[in-house]
Amino acid sequence: MIHAVGLEKRYGAKRVLRNLDLDVEQGGFLLVTGPNGSGKTTLLRLVAGLAAPTGGVLEVRAERRDLGFLGHEPLVYRELTALENLDLYGRLYHVPERRERIGMLLERFGLWEARSERVATYSRGMQQRLALCRVFLHDPSLILLDEPFSGLDAEGAELLDRELAELRASATFLVSTHDPERLAPLASDQLRLAA
Amino acid sequence: MLFTGIALALLWAPEDADQGPSQRIFYLHVPIALTAYAGFAWGAWKALRLLWTGDSRYDLESYTGVHMGTIFGTLTLVTGSIWAKTSWGVWWNWGERQLVLFLVLFLFYGAYFMLRYSLADGPARARISAVYALFGVVLIPISFLAIRLAENFIHPVVFTREGPQMDGSMFFTFCVCLAGMLLLAGALYRNELTGKRLDARLRELREALA
Amino acid sequence: MNYLHDVTALARKDLLLELRGRDTLPAMLLFVIAMLVVFRFALPAEASKDATGGLLWVAILFTALLGLTRAFVPEREQRVLDGLVLAPSDRSAIWLGKVAATLAFLVAAEAVALPAYALFFGGLSWATLAAVVLADVGICTVGALLAAMAVAGRARELLLPLLFLPLAIPILVGGVGAGVTDEPGRYLGFLCLYDAVFAILAWASFEYVVTE
Repeated sequence: MIHAVGLEKRYGAKRVLRNLDLDVEQGGFLLVTGPNGSGKTTLLRLVAGLAAPTGGVLEVRAERRDLGFLGHEPLVYRELTALENLDLYGRLYHVPERRERIGMLLERFGLWEARSERVATYSRGMQQRLALCRVFLHDPSLILLDEPFSGLDAEGAELLDRELAELRASATFLVSTHDPERLAPLASDQLRLAA
Repeated sequence: MLFTGIALALLWAPEDADQGPSQRIFYLHVPIALTAYAGFAWGAWKALRLLWTGDSRYDLESYTGVHMGTIFGTLTLVTGSIWAKTSWGVWWNWGERQLVLFLVLFLFYGAYFMLRYSLADGPARARISAVYALFGVVLIPISFLAIRLAENFIHPVVFTREGPQMDGSMFFTFCVCLAGMLLLAGALYRNELTGKRLDARLRELREALA
Repeated sequence: MNYLHDVTALARKDLLLELRGRDTLPAMLLFVIAMLVVFRFALPAEASKDATGGLLWVAILFTALLGLTRAFVPEREQRVLDGLVLAPSDRSAIWLGKVAATLAFLVAAEAVALPAYALFFGGLSWATLAAVVLADVGICTVGALLAAMAVAGRARELLLPLLFLPLAIPILVGGVGAGVTDEPGRYLGFLCLYDAVFAILAWASFEYVVTE
């Protein structure tokens, strides 16, 4: 589903990724590890199409509507409520039975009580949960997660564990993490980026 | 070689100048203005190529083209102002369409450079400045039309420049000047482009060694 | 139809944000009235109708700039623009949604400013009114694109007026001309031409501004 040969990304003169080969089959789960600044985030942004490679070949066999992307930022409006944010994304992705799906996700990630509060009032962990709701909202088949556990408390992390295990069979994953132990049982492959 | 071309044309010109010496600057002013347009158009063409193909090497070419356009555009303002002084006795005249247009373009391309300096080096900067450069060539005819329309209420008395009734030798002189100016711009363009490319290459190497 | 659906969803979000934060429209309203009052004192008592008409356009232009400067601020915070760019909708829908929202704010500000102008300076011609409508479209189509460019840079708020004003000069010519000359048709036609040309250009090029 993802195929890269000699992938390279530079910002100006600074080289963030160099000569990277990568292959993720459909249904695969690639775990990306490496120290800070090794290009994990850049790799995910390249695959998501948010950045363009400066060299090499990158093929991603998925359309934008099949893509679920979790970045460092939750990508939601701080001055809107959780419900309003998900409603906007639900409309943009043309999610069928939008309201029911949003309600279900908010319930599952423990945000239902806070659904009508502005995101600005959320804690870091709650924002991460909302971001995960946004990622899973349109039932993506290629899921890109950048440090998905950051900010989550023990309970939130367990929720995410369960969600990932459930989706493991139906989607393809590319996940970057500092804590490979936690996800190793799910992974079909690991990639270690050097600094 | 280009310089001898221009100098020859300038020395040769007086024999046709029946409007006095002021007319002589025509041979300098108009080719400079046309060269400026050529620079802007070249920059926009390369910008279009960049957006079309996504090839980042067009970025520097587009930038250098716009840079040439801006240099010659500024010269147009200066020579035009001198011409206005010698012909009408004022340094600035809102009735002169070309000059007003170049003032607008000067502001526009000044903003282009501000935009470029404000963005971090990378593909986003290349694309955003390319889009702005494209807006520039669309703005040229629209602004020209606007300036013509504005004359109706800003400057009711339109100065009609003596239409250059050029005979053969004047036209030839003009063409030599234009060709010389374009060659000069082309040489400057290549020179700057090579310098910029070297610069980028050097930075890359330094990064690779670090 | 999906396209319009996306545009509505995006514009609706902007109106919702404004309703929540109320940080753009009230500022625009106060600013435009303040401008008109300032102009009253900047002009000699016997200033011609033409001069006040020109000042109305300056007020409109700068009020629009105020709104446009704020246009992409919610997206800039926390890079929400990435989220919109990732969505499957055509990227130009983001632009069109922003045009619709800024247009709504500008028209709302003018709904107060134009009567105030008529009150302070006496009278407003139909030609000027028509020109304002056409100019608004041009201001917002070009402005929304430039605002997206400006927020990508470091200088941000400083940059937008520099990018915008040279492109706004033709709008000013069309607007002032429609108000002060005997044949407004030519100027209104020119504004239509401007709107059409730059709307197509902005629509086609917006994608390049928000993606790499």
